[in-house]
Amino acid sequence: MSTGNFTRRGLLKTSAVAGAGLALPTYLSAANHSGFTNAPGDSTVTLGFNVPQSGPYADEGADELRAYELAVEHLNGGGDGGMMGTFSSDALKGNGILGRKVEYVTGDTQTKSDAARASAKSMIEKDGAVMITGGSSSGVAVAVQALCQEAGIIFMAGLTHSNDTTGKDKRANGFRHFFNSYMSGAALAPVLAANYGTDRKAYHLTADYNWGYTTEEAVKSSTEAMGWETVAAVKTPLTQTDFSSYIAPVLQSGADVLVLNHYGGNMVNSLTNAVQFGLRDKLVNDKNFEIIVPLYSRLMAKGAGANVKGIFGSTNWHWSLTDEGSKAFVKSFGTKYGFPPSQAAHTCYVQTLLYADAVERAGSFAPCAVVEALEGFEFDGLGNGKTLYRAEDHQCFKDVLVVKGKENPDNEFDLLEIVEVTPAAQVTYAPDHPQFAGGALGTCNNGA
Amino acid sequence: MFGLEKKDARLLLLVLALTMFAPFILNPFPEGSGWAQFNAGYPDLMQRFVIFGIFAIGFNILFGLTGYLSFGHAAFLGVGSYSAVWMFKLLSMNVLPAIALAVVTAGIFALIIGYVSLRRSGIYFSILTLAFAQMSFALAYSVLTPITGGETGLQLALDDPRILDGAAHAAGNIPVPGLFGLEMRDSAELVLGAWVFTFNIGYYFSAFVMLASFYLAIRIFRSPFGMMLRAIKSNQQRLNYTGLNPRPYTLAAFVISGMYAGLAGGLMASMDPLAGAERMFWTASGEVVLMTILGGVGTLIGPVLGAGMIKYMENILSKINSDILHTWFAFLPDGLENLLVTLVYPFIGKGWHLTLGILFMLVVIFLPGGLVEGGQRIAKLFGRKKAKDTDGGADAANSTTPAE
Repeated sequence: MSTGNFTRRGLLKTSAVAGAGLALPTYLSAANHSGFTNAPGDSTVTLGFNVPQSGPYADEGADELRAYELAVEHLNGGGDGGMMGTFSSDALKGNGILGRKVEYVTGDTQTKSDAARASAKSMIEKDGAVMITGGSSSGVAVAVQALCQEAGIIFMAGLTHSNDTTGKDKRANGFRHFFNSYMSGAALAPVLAANYGTDRKAYHLTADYNWGYTTEEAVKSSTEAMGWETVAAVKTPLTQTDFSSYIAPVLQSGADVLVLNHYGGNMVNSLTNAVQFGLRDKLVNDKNFEIIVPLYSRLMAKGAGANVKGIFGSTNWHWSLTDEGSKAFVKSFGTKYGFPPSQAAHTCYVQTLLYADAVERAGSFAPCAVVEALEGFEFDGLGNGKTLYRAEDHQCFKDVLVVKGKENPDNEFDLLEIVEVTPAAQVTYAPDHPQFAGGALGTCNNGA
Repeated sequence: MFGLEKKDARLLLLVLALTMFAPFILNPFPEGSGWAQFNAGYPDLMQRFVIFGIFAIGFNILFGLTGYLSFGHAAFLGVGSYSAVWMFKLLSMNVLPAIALAVVTAGIFALIIGYVSLRRSGIYFSILTLAFAQMSFALAYSVLTPITGGETGLQLALDDPRILDGAAHAAGNIPVPGLFGLEMRDSAELVLGAWVFTFNIGYYFSAFVMLASFYLAIRIFRSPFGMMLRAIKSNQQRLNYTGLNPRPYTLAAFVISGMYAGLAGGLMASMDPLAGAERMFWTASGEVVLMTILGGVGTLIGPVLGAGMIKYMENILSKINSDILHTWFAFLPDGLENLLVTLVYPFIGKGWHLTLGILFMLVVIFLPGGLVEGGQRIAKLFGRKKAKDTDGGADAANSTTPAE
C-alpha cells in the first residue's frame, strides 16, 4: 500500500475546493418564506395524484386517475361541471382554485409504502405539489399521510378502508372521505340479522394484514352484538391465490356463515373457491349456508363473475344511486370515458372538489387554513347525502350502502344492487371508540 | 493520500466531487423548461442515490469479491430500517444512535444468516439467502406486526417515549430526525437565473457517510483480506488444498456487506422515518443485484453508478405520463403526434420496468463489465495513450469474469 505525497500545490488545491464548499451555504437564501410549503404562484397550482398504476390494485388506480382528470377539468371550467353543480357549497366558480389554473402531476404508488412515499416526496420536492391525494390501500394511505404531515402538505386519502387511517394513525393534515371497517360492520349487521336471523355461527377468513384485522374486528363485534357466534377466525396470507385448503375446514367447523375479509384479487379467488366447493348449496344447522364480503367493489364483483350473486357486502358509493349529485357525476364520467365510475373514482373526485372548495372558502392554500375549513364541514350533493367531516378525527360521516350481488345483471357494470342505504347516524361512533383508540391528530403543519 | 494508491485516491476525489456538486450536476435544466422533467436534483432522489449507492457498495464486497450471490440482502436493509425507527421512537431523534443500532443489528442478523447459508455455495447459497429474506419479509408483514407495524409499516407517533428528547413533543407535531439540531429535511435553495439548486442537509449527511463507506470499500478491496476474498472467487478448491479455510473469510465478507446494508437501511429511516416490510421483499434484493451488475461487478464505482441509474429511472421515467408526451410532440401534426405517443407510451410511466429491462439486457450483452466498461471503452476511444490511467476505479480490468 503506497501513500501519495502531500504536495504544496495539491494541498492548496484541496483546501481551496473545501473552502469553497464550506463557504457556499453562506451565499444561499433559505427556503422561501411564504409561510407554508410549496405556496403556489399567481397563475397555476399543482396537485399530486399518487395512485397505484402497477401492482394488484392497478385497475382501481386507473379509475382514480380518470376521476382526477375529470375533477381537474371541471375545476378549470371545462366539461359540464359534474358535481360542482349539485355541491351544497358554491365557492367553486370553475375558474381553477382561487383563480389559479389547476395543473397536476401523477405518480405510481405500486401499492408499496416506500414507493408511494418516494413518489409523493418527488411531487412535493420537485414538482411543488400543494396537495397529495390518491391510493388504493390503507398501508399506503397511512404512510403517505404521515409524510404529508411532516412536510406540511394536505393529504386527501383515496380508497382506504382500514380503521387506522382515521384511528390510531390519524394526522392533522390528512382527511378521509371513504368509509371504514367499523362502518361496514355497523351497516351490515342489521341487514344480516334481518335476512339470516340472529343465531348464526360465523367463520372468518381474514387477509393477514392491517386492513384485514380491523375489518374482522369490526364485523365480529357488530355481528356478535346482535347474537351471532364467531366459531373461528383464520388468517390467510396476502399472496395466497388458492384458498381451497382454507375452505375445507369451514364445513367441519359447524359454522353456517363464512365471512371473507378479503379485498381485490384475494376476494375474487376466495369467493370463487368457496362457491366451487358448493358451500352455498349446503344446509348447516338447518340453515342455508351463506357467504358475506364486508367490502365490495364493482371491480371485484366483475372479477368474481356469477359467484357474487346474492352475496351481501357494503360499499361507499354506487353509480346506480339516483340522487342529483351521483347522477351528475355518472353522466359526466360516462360521457368522457364511456362507462360508469367505480367507488374509488367517486371518492377521489369528491376529495378533489372538497379540497378545492376548502381552499376557496379559506381564501388560502396554507394547510392550516384548509384544515380549519374542512374540520366540522357539513355538505351535501356529492352523492352520499348529508355528510360531515368530523373535526376530531378527519373522517367523513355519511350514509353507507349495503349491497348484494345482482341475480340478473343487465350489463358488465350492473353487478351490484343496493339493498339498503344505512343512515349516517347508525354508523357514527365516538372518536375514542376502542376500535379507533390510540394515536393523536396532533396539530396542523404548514411546513416551511 | 489517505493510505491509498494514486489511482484510488483520484477515484475517491472524483466521487467526492460528484457527491458534493450533485445538486448542480443533477439539475442541468432550468426550472420551468420542458426538460426540467429530467432534473433529478431534488433532495429525496439525491438521498436515494447515495443510500442505494452504499447498499450496492456493500453488496459488491460480497458478490464482487467472493462471487457469492446473495439473493436476500434486502433483509438486512429492512432490519436496519426497523432498528433505526425503533431508536427514534424510544431513545432520541438524533440519527447517530439510530444508525449505530441499525448497523449492529444488521451485523448480528448477517452473522446468523451467513453462518447457516455459507455452508453451501453457488445456487444453493443464493436460494438459502432468498429463503431467509422471504422469511423475514413474511414475519415482518404479519406475525411480528406489534414490532414492525405490519403492512402499514413502522411509524413514529406523538406519544412515543423518546427518553433523551424529553419535552420535545409538546408541540403537537412529531419531531423530525436530526443531527444535534440540524434537521435532516432542511434545505437551502440557491437561485441562479432560471436555475434552482437545492442543498439538503440530509443529502450531505448521507453523502459523507457514503464517502466514508466508499473509502472503507477501497481499503478492503486493496487489503490482503480482499485478496483472500478474490482467491475464494477464483478457485475455492485450490484454496482448500493450500490448507486455508475460506469460511471465516466469506463469513466476514458477508457480515461486512450485511452491515453496509444495515447502514443504508438506517440512513433511509433517518431521511424518512418509516420502515415498511416491502423493503425486505425479494424484488428489493433482486434490485441490488441488478444495480451491481448494471454498474459493473467487482469494480469500485460501478455499483454506485448502477444504483443511480436504476433509481433515476424509477423516479423520473415513471412519472412521465401521456399528457407530458403530448406536450413534447405537440409540434408535430396530429396523426404523427398520436402515433409517436402510442409508440413511446409503453416505455414510460408504469412501463419504466420495460425500459429498464431492455437497458439491462443491452448492458449485459454488449457491456459485460457494466457501465464501467462502457466508460472505459469511451475513455479508450478518446485518449488512446492515456487509456492506462483513465480507467478510473475499474480494477475489474484484471478480473475478466463479469458475473457468476
